[in-house]
Amino acid sequence: MAAEAARESQFEDYVVRTRKLTKIYAMGDQTLRALDSVDLDIKRGEYISIMGPSGSGKSTLFNMVGGLDKPSEGTVFINETDMAQLDAAELAWIRCRTVGYIFQAFNLIPVMTALENITLPMVFAGLSTDEQLQRGRALLERVGLGDRLHHRPSELSGGQQQRVAIARALANDPDIILADEPTANLDLRTGKEIIELLREMNKERGVTVISATHDLHMIDISDRVVWVRDGAIEKIEARSDVELTVGQVDWEQESGTAAVAESAKKE
Amino acid sequence: MASQTGSWKVGKVSLPPRVALEISWKSIQVRFGRAMITAAGTCLGIAFLVSVWTNIAIMHGAGVEMEPDEEMRNNWLVIMSLLVAAVGISNSMFMAVTERYREIGTMKCLGAVDRFVVELFLIESGMLGGVGAIIGGVGGFLILMLVSLFKRQAGDFFGMDWGYMGTHFLYAVGIGILISVLAAALPAARAAKLPPAAALRTDV
Ligand SMILES: Nc1ncnc2c1ncn2[C@@H]1O[C@H](COP(=O)(O)OP(=O)(O)O)[C@@H](O)[C@H]1O
Ligand SMILES: [Mg+2]
Repeated sequence: MAAEAARESQFEDYVVRTRKLTKIYAMGDQTLRALDSVDLDIKRGEYISIMGPSGSGKSTLFNMVGGLDKPSEGTVFINETDMAQLDAAELAWIRCRTVGYIFQAFNLIPVMTALENITLPMVFAGLSTDEQLQRGRALLERVGLGDRLHHRPSELSGGQQQRVAIARALANDPDIILADEPTANLDLRTGKEIIELLREMNKERGVTVISATHDLHMIDISDRVVWVRDGAIEKIEARSDVELTVGQVDWEQESGTAAVAESAKKE
Repeated sequence: MASQTGSWKVGKVSLPPRVALEISWKSIQVRFGRAMITAAGTCLGIAFLVSVWTNIAIMHGAGVEMEPDEEMRNNWLVIMSLLVAAVGISNSMFMAVTERYREIGTMKCLGAVDRFVVELFLIESGMLGGVGAIIGGVGGFLILMLVSLFKRQAGDFFGMDWGYMGTHFLYAVGIGILISVLAAALPAARAAKLPPAAALRTDV
């Protein structure tokens, strides 16, 4: 019993832990280590930005942590559960209840209205119809789309679609929101609004946000920034360290990639 | 159990049949034009099949003794039309599924297990196949009726073996639904089996 308690207190704070997480893609007779032995611990309630140039392995990390793909080596623990031990139905449950996903391309179901998109994960989770509607409405109102319940994605702007996606990610009150370049398809101002909304949700609900990006505007609001390069963690900076580094970044610059490359060079 | 620690418990996801029906029906409704193109594959194949069977029913009715090579020819036509139906339906269903890999990947991100995805496509393709087969069957039948009227052989037409006609019409509709469902289920099952990351990456 005592050992059990000790183990729990040791892990309690970490909602995500990866150990030697490795993904190898085979391409013809060549292999590519898209992720190379990544150890990353993320505390409950943190807002983490995964920062790195295109091709550095952000999406690969996102897919492994979210249970959307299987690692080649190493493990991901979510709430102490080793994802490799789960069968297909249990993985589906985790995707449904524990993780919410936000994508660059929004990925709403095109034939469904905003409200239906948000209630679908609640259907899978087994909520009653009343609960679904009530929660769905409240979430859409919270993200500022209370008047767009019955619009389909094609009838919404990019920023509005991403708001629906945020509401959908929150549908089953997940522990973690994973966002893969959520602002990459949006203009600068809309992108900032989306990031601020994510940060508000993180503070309001205590949901852990892990956001892959190469947009330096993300840094501003992150608790920690994880810099990745060539599939490995280059460095992890707490907010206070980051502010120093980013002092020199030109905020008007549109292209986050160039800025990231530069700041990495200065390092 | 590895998946159960403290208050945190992994449960089972569900998709009630009523909701599955609703989702499939909505999918057809919203994509109506696209759905009709898919159904048209079934429609054409079954129209051909029914027209061949109608012809045979007319010959039965007229008491025509079929010569062996005529019988051969008819069997051959039936086989041909089945092939046309199978190819037409598979092709359009296959397209309809591959267009939707991203949607399938998204559903799995939201908690769908493979079975839900296959179920949704089974229902949808069954409905489309049914509608396409009935329209195609009626169409094939009507075309032969018009042809007989035009040739002033109305007597032969209405004197056909209606029992044979009726059962074979039902066969044709059944075959249309069956091929449609199979043709959709196989690619849907394959897509559903992919890890969500792979399904989401596939752009068609
Ligand atoms: N399915 C795949 N097959 C082969 N290589 C891949 C695949 N997915 C990603 N890669 C490669 O892995 C590396 C990391 O990709 P990715 O994680 O998408 O980077 P990022 O999201 O940071 O842009 C890249 O070199 C990319 O080409
Ligand atoms: Mg990426």
